[in-house]
Amino acid sequence: MPWRLSCAAAGFETLATLKLTWSTPGGNMRTTASPAGIAMQVAPYRLSGAVYGTLLNHRTAVESLGDAIDKPPYKTAPRAPVLYIKPRNTLAASGDAVLVPTDADELEAGGCLGVVIGRTACRLTEANALDHMAGYLIVNDVSVPHAVYYRPSIRLKARDGFCPLGAFTVRAKVKDPNALTIRTYTDGVLVQTAATADLVRSVERLLADVTEFMTLAPGDVLAMGVAAPAPRVKAGQTVRIEIDGLGTLSNVFSRTPT
Amino acid sequence: MMRARVACRGAIHEAIPHGKHALRLADGRVVAEDSVVWLPPVEAGTLIALGLNYADHARELAFSSQEEPLVFLKGPGSLIGHRGETRRPRDVTFMHYECELAVVIGREASNVARTQAMQHVAGYCIANDYAIRDYLENWYRPNLRAKNRDGATVLGPWFVDAEDVPSSNALELRTYVNGKLTQQGNTRDLIFDIPCLIEYLSSFMTLSAGDVILTGTPEGVVNVMPGDEVVCEIDGLGRLVNTIVADDVFGR
Repeated sequence: MPWRLSCAAAGFETLATLKLTWSTPGGNMRTTASPAGIAMQVAPYRLSGAVYGTLLNHRTAVESLGDAIDKPPYKTAPRAPVLYIKPRNTLAASGDAVLVPTDADELEAGGCLGVVIGRTACRLTEANALDHMAGYLIVNDVSVPHAVYYRPSIRLKARDGFCPLGAFTVRAKVKDPNALTIRTYTDGVLVQTAATADLVRSVERLLADVTEFMTLAPGDVLAMGVAAPAPRVKAGQTVRIEIDGLGTLSNVFSRTPT
Repeated sequence: MMRARVACRGAIHEAIPHGKHALRLADGRVVAEDSVVWLPPVEAGTLIALGLNYADHARELAFSSQEEPLVFLKGPGSLIGHRGETRRPRDVTFMHYECELAVVIGREASNVARTQAMQHVAGYCIANDYAIRDYLENWYRPNLRAKNRDGATVLGPWFVDAEDVPSSNALELRTYVNGKLTQQGNTRDLIFDIPCLIEYLSSFMTLSAGDVILTGTPEGVVNVMPGDEVVCEIDGLGRLVNTIVADDVFGR
């Protein structure tokens, strides 16, 4: 399908440089013989192109709303996970420029942990959630800043190139996804430090609650949520996001396409 | 031309109508239309959906007029084909269908003017975009738990080429629940019509071949219960059948 190819065109060849290990249905571990292009073709490590973001899943994001969370238009705090979709036109790779639209003075960088699904994930429990994951990657969930979360226009989150993804890291390389530090730098200056220990729903809990109503497929990405306040970025600045053990994701923000 | 994607005889096939109750597979075999599994007729890319895009439905839900289309996105996991089943959880009090004209993009579209927009349309399908009102929350509306459930976006039965649907701006839509007409509208009443939607969307996101735009639903949404047969019909596009099932089917 053309849309799978367009994922490759968006820069996921970085995946192909990895040597991969996966679990077969029989439970055996297999590793690719060499760091070959196989990663793009062989499930579960081919990204499907579906990327879901999670709103208000970092303690600081909830706290930043203060009393507003119980007032109109929201009236009450969210009960179920609040998700949104970063469609395929938003996907980008490290090194790609993020275009700052002419009607925005600045953008928000949304450094967060993304989990990559490895096996069909439906009605998971906290206990078996991690078994269904292939691994992790860094997500920069870029937004045009907006103060109201009631029914924001998708213009604010779904613009071309608004979701750079880092290189893939297999699950086994990360001891505890709920004990990672996410550091965001603009032009080399540390502007945000966030801990996955502060997630409202842990990785396992979120996967369980999301897959109660929607199945995630191999290659889908679920971003765990951005901390507040998200760093603001102007055109000309470079954002680098680091997560322990997952490498870095670096993108220049620009007024003009590269 | 009308095309379906069906699973039968151990493979997935493209099929075209053959008489009234049969399909002709690409390899020449003719099969009964109720002997196959109907899949969504296109392998959809980005699924884009419109809220409140008919004036009457917006009024029905007490919304005032809008400056910008109310757009939300859906994931690929929500899609099912013709004659599929959609689950109604037992704790729900209001679950409703939404019969919609689905527009399939055929050619990349970026910053396309409305006068050129229809050149980017490959064809059309019928969509039934279910919603569960009980799960609607006031955060990033409509939240995915209300609108993006497994099996809650029914697409099909056919993909119909754009050239065979010259008047996509004047198609009757009808929904029948257990044979009774419950919803009726016409695409001429879209607040934001197809060219306008393509112009708007392509101004900030590149649309690619396979992307699907569900253009919204007219008034007449009613609660549906397990066992109900919901049929969405659009002139020239066929009849899209779906059955509501209860939790027990899923072992819940």
